[in-house]
Amino acid sequence: MKAFARLLDSLAFETSRNAREALLVDYFTRTPDPDRGYALAAITGTLDFRAAKPALLKALIGERSDPVLFALSYDFVGDLSETIALMWPAPPREADADLRLAAVVEALARASRSDAPRLIAEWLDALDETGRWALLKLVTGGLRVGVSARLAKTALARLGSVPVDEIEDVWNTLKAPYLQLFAWIEGRAGKPESRDPAPFRPPMLAHPLDEAKDFDQLAASDFVAEWKWDGIRVQAAAGRDGETLHRRLYSRSGDDITAAFPDLLEDLRFDGAIDGELLVVRDGEVQPFSELQRRLNRKTADAKLIQALPVAIRAYDLLAEDGLDLRPLSFLQRRERLEALVRRLQSPRIDLSPLITFADWPGLASARSEPSSRLQPADAAAVEGVMLKRAAAPYVAGRPKGEWFKWKRDPFLIDAVLMYAQRGHGKRSSYYSDYTFGVWLGAELVPVGKAYFGFTDEELILIDRFIRANTVGRFGPVREVARLPDKGLVLEVAFEGLNRSSRHKSGLAMRFPRVSRLRWDKTPAEADRIESLEALLSATRA
Amino acid sequence: MSSLLTLTPEGLYCPAAALHIDPVRPVPRAVITHAHSDHARAGHGAVLATRETLDIMALRLGDAFAGSRQALAYGTTLMIDGIRLWLAPAGHVLGSAQVVLEAGGERAVVSGDYKRQADPTCAPFELVQCDTFVTEATFGLPVFRHPPIAGEIARLLASRALFPGRTHLVGAYSLGKAQRLLAELRAAGYERTVYLHGALEKVTAYYMGQGQALGPVEPVGGRGKELAGEIVICPPGDLAGRWARRFADPVTAVASGWMRVRARARQRGAALPLIISDHVDWPDLCRTVEETGASDIWVTHGAEEALCHWCKTVGRNARPLHMIGYGEEEADSSPAPDTASAE
Repeated sequence: MKAFARLLDSLAFETSRNAREALLVDYFTRTPDPDRGYALAAITGTLDFRAAKPALLKALIGERSDPVLFALSYDFVGDLSETIALMWPAPPREADADLRLAAVVEALARASRSDAPRLIAEWLDALDETGRWALLKLVTGGLRVGVSARLAKTALARLGSVPVDEIEDVWNTLKAPYLQLFAWIEGRAGKPESRDPAPFRPPMLAHPLDEAKDFDQLAASDFVAEWKWDGIRVQAAAGRDGETLHRRLYSRSGDDITAAFPDLLEDLRFDGAIDGELLVVRDGEVQPFSELQRRLNRKTADAKLIQALPVAIRAYDLLAEDGLDLRPLSFLQRRERLEALVRRLQSPRIDLSPLITFADWPGLASARSEPSSRLQPADAAAVEGVMLKRAAAPYVAGRPKGEWFKWKRDPFLIDAVLMYAQRGHGKRSSYYSDYTFGVWLGAELVPVGKAYFGFTDEELILIDRFIRANTVGRFGPVREVARLPDKGLVLEVAFEGLNRSSRHKSGLAMRFPRVSRLRWDKTPAEADRIESLEALLSATRA
Repeated sequence: MSSLLTLTPEGLYCPAAALHIDPVRPVPRAVITHAHSDHARAGHGAVLATRETLDIMALRLGDAFAGSRQALAYGTTLMIDGIRLWLAPAGHVLGSAQVVLEAGGERAVVSGDYKRQADPTCAPFELVQCDTFVTEATFGLPVFRHPPIAGEIARLLASRALFPGRTHLVGAYSLGKAQRLLAELRAAGYERTVYLHGALEKVTAYYMGQGQALGPVEPVGGRGKELAGEIVICPPGDLAGRWARRFADPVTAVASGWMRVRARARQRGAALPLIISDHVDWPDLCRTVEETGASDIWVTHGAEEALCHWCKTVGRNARPLHMIGYGEEEADSSPAPDTASAE
């Protein structure tokens, strides 16, 4: 458990992908079976036990701490597991800290619902702060240490001379603690027999388009364009193993998210792999990203959620079909097969992402700035830009140069005034990082949105200082900030679109608002008025 | 409520003796607890402090930092307009002191910043029983339990062993923390030359001149990639700036009590957070409050809400002072504004 805690701890702080990979390789090399296999399962999210719920953890710490001190600590730390790990009454020195990861995982898998709290408390007593944190992350199933399944497999491959794609081939047929897999990679045994009929294929990614440079060098006739949809990129893979059809949905980083989208599974009636965008589509209308978000980061979905937020795939590409790897083919050849497949499937949950016809770059630019001229309103609202793909390019994993480009829409900008602030969670905890901002309605400021990112860490500290020095009221965790015409903080806010909303006093809701600049040079009196937002709304609707 | 102390816009004030303690604006008469820039400011009329504090203030603020100055050794008593005043070691940095005020059978202690952990570079905290105890609460939440420093130094040395080709760049405040780090590295048996950012040189030389054995140190100067494999100490604000770019693929370490909280460590860009603090942690804070026997606790800055709550649960009066201007020490030494908050 100690080595696993140290690994998670280092991974949590290391930002370089290479160093993370090195840490994983180091851990897999030094750690014996079966601990390392369970660690691999924990990191890739394939561990099989009933995760401990936050309520259970809160009850445990509640028996051991003052509720006010706990609340203040949690507010500062911003993470439940970490708060408990740090506040847990310090262990007696003679405590046995030689706890094995395998022992924890196996005991938890066997434990009944009523046994789990006692077990977890015993382990917490035996560990130090880092160990407790790692244990709580493990038992709640939320590691979040920045390691994708793909990175873990890349590190595994480095233990021997097995190519990482061969690990993908067998990955889903194996289970924790992966004894067979380690034995094969380390050359102590042959390749596991069974191949995964629906493996993950690492996706091809785009470079951001540099308007100043790229258009001079690229010929419009070499490219096709597609809409860039505001969902999440997924890969739907299906394949036959004898009589059984295996169907899986992968995230962009190769994490298996099938269990969270059972409603989609039925419709994956093909042998191959579709690259597409996962969207919430209700009555034929694409819903805002915030709706999709309600289904992400959930391990499962119940009937109610599925009915409220039905998902669909908008297909971009076809990577394999009927046992044939299509990736070496050109985009246009793959597209032809994709169109045929989507037609054949006749699924309401899988449709084609349409191509954008354009004659030259200015033509594409006008489609990009006004998607509503080409699409129905709901679809137009879900477009966050356009994608350029070289018609002759094969599908290459990673981010090859000069093949795919993403060209996002320019955001809208307004100058707004900071009105209220609240402490953030996670990375921004302990700083006032959630801002409610407003614009003028007559002589009064009305809130028009909330933003909690877009600023740098340095700017965050300046804003935080401003808030602390200019607090004029406190409502629980919320601070009201001074905002007179000549005294206050003006934020330039960027956003992607506007909608009518009855939830806000202003009647408006912004899509994806973020702070783009701090305007220390402006006084609140110079900020925008509600009329400019109204004008924007009618312009985008037209 | 104390008859010895009151709060003015300039800071804590003893009306009978007409002197301020660590005032944030220029005043006629000031007692300074220690030389960190948020407590020791330039421009006062007369300044009373330990000799070390006065020396370091002169080094950092220039010789003309005050109209006049008077050095007072720990434990030596002064009578000022009927107030008995003396200084006791605070264990925070070299020269740091608690200010003890007595009159009419009542005693108040203004502790400044302090810690109870051992520190080879300064005199250990001395407990003074009192009626009113004025304390900081920088780490005034139960999540802050500073581990023994030896273990943190061991983690730094282990990282150096794991990445022998990379410079270990350690962000540590230029007064106190940097020198303590040097002393503890030596205690752990690290004998190689440690390289220092220019902002650390003066104070480090002063510490060594006071008889502190900090081992071989050299300025980084124009070097960069040549220092692969070495330990370099710089102000925290320089870890992410242009200055740090001279090193090839450094391991960025930050030595601070805030490193206990992951979000804070990530905000500071620490790949190797070292939990090393010159302030009391929560258990020591509570222990100190109890051991002083004080019935009234005044909390200057930090997480005052939690400490005041706790004080009330153990039957003490607690008063948050909400003092602004403290907790931003050591913003001085970096070219860009140091983005750190307290410590």
